[in-house]
Amino acid sequence: MNDAPITLPSSPGWPGDGVHRVPYWVYTDPDTYRRELERFYYAGHWCYIGLEAEIPHPGDFRRSVVGERSVIMVRTQDGGVRVLENVCAHRGAQFCRERQGNRKEFVCPYHQWAYDLEGKLRGIPYRRGIRQDGQLNGGMPADFQMEGRGLTSLKVAVRGGVVFASFDHSLESFEDYLGPTILSYFDRVFDGRKLKILGYNRQRIPGNWKLMQENIKDPYHPGLLHSWFVTFGLWRADSKTSLKMDPHKRHAAMIGVRSVGKPAGDVVSGVTSYKADMSLRDPRQLDIVPEEWWKGPTAVMLTLFPSLIIQQQVNSLSMRHIQPRGPGVFDFVWTHFAFEDDSDEMIQRRLLQANLFGPSGYVSADDGEVIEFSQMGFQEKPDQQCLLEMGGHDSEEATNIASETLIRGMYQYWRRVMGV
Amino acid sequence: MNQALEPLVYTELLQLYAEYTAAVDAGNWDRWPEFFTEHCVYKLQPRENHERELPLATLHFHSKGMLQDRVYGIRETLFHDPYYQRHVVSLPRVLAVDRGRWFLEANYAVFRTKLGEISTVFNVGRYLDEVVRVDGALKFASRFCIYDSEMIPNAIIYPI
Repeated sequence: MNDAPITLPSSPGWPGDGVHRVPYWVYTDPDTYRRELERFYYAGHWCYIGLEAEIPHPGDFRRSVVGERSVIMVRTQDGGVRVLENVCAHRGAQFCRERQGNRKEFVCPYHQWAYDLEGKLRGIPYRRGIRQDGQLNGGMPADFQMEGRGLTSLKVAVRGGVVFASFDHSLESFEDYLGPTILSYFDRVFDGRKLKILGYNRQRIPGNWKLMQENIKDPYHPGLLHSWFVTFGLWRADSKTSLKMDPHKRHAAMIGVRSVGKPAGDVVSGVTSYKADMSLRDPRQLDIVPEEWWKGPTAVMLTLFPSLIIQQQVNSLSMRHIQPRGPGVFDFVWTHFAFEDDSDEMIQRRLLQANLFGPSGYVSADDGEVIEFSQMGFQEKPDQQCLLEMGGHDSEEATNIASETLIRGMYQYWRRVMGV
Repeated sequence: MNQALEPLVYTELLQLYAEYTAAVDAGNWDRWPEFFTEHCVYKLQPRENHERELPLATLHFHSKGMLQDRVYGIRETLFHDPYYQRHVVSLPRVLAVDRGRWFLEANYAVFRTKLGEISTVFNVGRYLDEVVRVDGALKFASRFCIYDSEMIPNAIIYPI
């Protein structure tokens, strides 16, 4: 007989006081994931919806998601932008099935309840009943009000042609949400120029959604995992780097200046992904032309918590939308764009440099792969911990690539909001 | 201009398709660029972009050199979980024949098998091809892989 007391599995707890250890269960625990959706995606945070250029004309709409919830971004008759939840007020049907289109109104196919572009309920068939033998039978009760029975309408922020929304109408302004530093890097790209949509890529990554935020808050990996970055100097140890955050440390900017020329020995010693002899047979894929609006940095990668990554890496630009689908999987939707006043040559350049990015890209396909491998490790032993000590234990801003400070900053915020 | 298709040429086209499929299924990457002309275009593109005339492609190569760069990438720089791929390609439908240029389309389904895993449908779509004769041999002047699959299961590393 074993006299040892029976211990029940403890509820997941955080190891110690800091953020230099992150337990695996934050990526696997279903209850944690549900709470993340409630606290990060459905309240208190602006989520990415799309670009205004996707819905230029009144009646144009395009579907998007907030967390796991389907929403519709629509251009109203007065030229404004609305974001409506894609759930009929009657029986909850997710009525809009097209990806995009143009409508005068939205009609649910189930019982043909009709909504205007503002989401207001405009029509209910047989509302007043059906006339039979000279009498009106059935129908909605006489005191039924159409007012206030429309589609759930989200709070919307549009800045520089980018649309964000939230189910939380008490949310602070988008500008306050980003804070001045991150906002300045947002405005660097979206300074009022009209955007031109180049197209989409979609991938389903079998990993927790936070891993994609962390990937773009991690300047340590690009010069190791991605040969193109280290060999061509796009992002490596000798690149001038700065790592910035908003006051809450939820958003971040990784700012880099491309290294030109061969790296010094200690930059690449032991780095197997560095290929000294590598050259491109067709260099047009890296025909980099500096643009005035860069104002110095050749790359700025913005992580806007929780749902968006904004990529400017040399001449390639994209919005990367994180769409969680459970603790262990998320969809990653890329919208590449250019500016309306770009020359044809610049658009071709952006398109060719897009070969670096997306689900097959030279510096992106392997990010999805390693995220999948991390998730595999997490699922096997949820009580184990990630070790995040590059650059110390704190989460101050930094100016070198050997630092995980941005990830630690994010977990400082995460712990506060999640209460763990 | 639409000209008649000679049966012998169709047989040659079938051979081109069969060899291409065999090469990419066998992981014979060095052979892959050799199916193309020097100034070829190869695109792997979501159907939405294609139908809406949005130019972005998942892969977008404008020369045989870029295909060779991709082969180097697959071998040396793109870290990935290894997998087998297996194409099932329909008979090509001839859309047009014009002075030594053949325009064709064919459906494809690619299955992926990772080590220790069940085979799954990986990518489904159609090829839109332009074939020309170079020094006696048929080559792809362009091959567009337009895929229906709404989601790429994480990554596509090898050529479709």
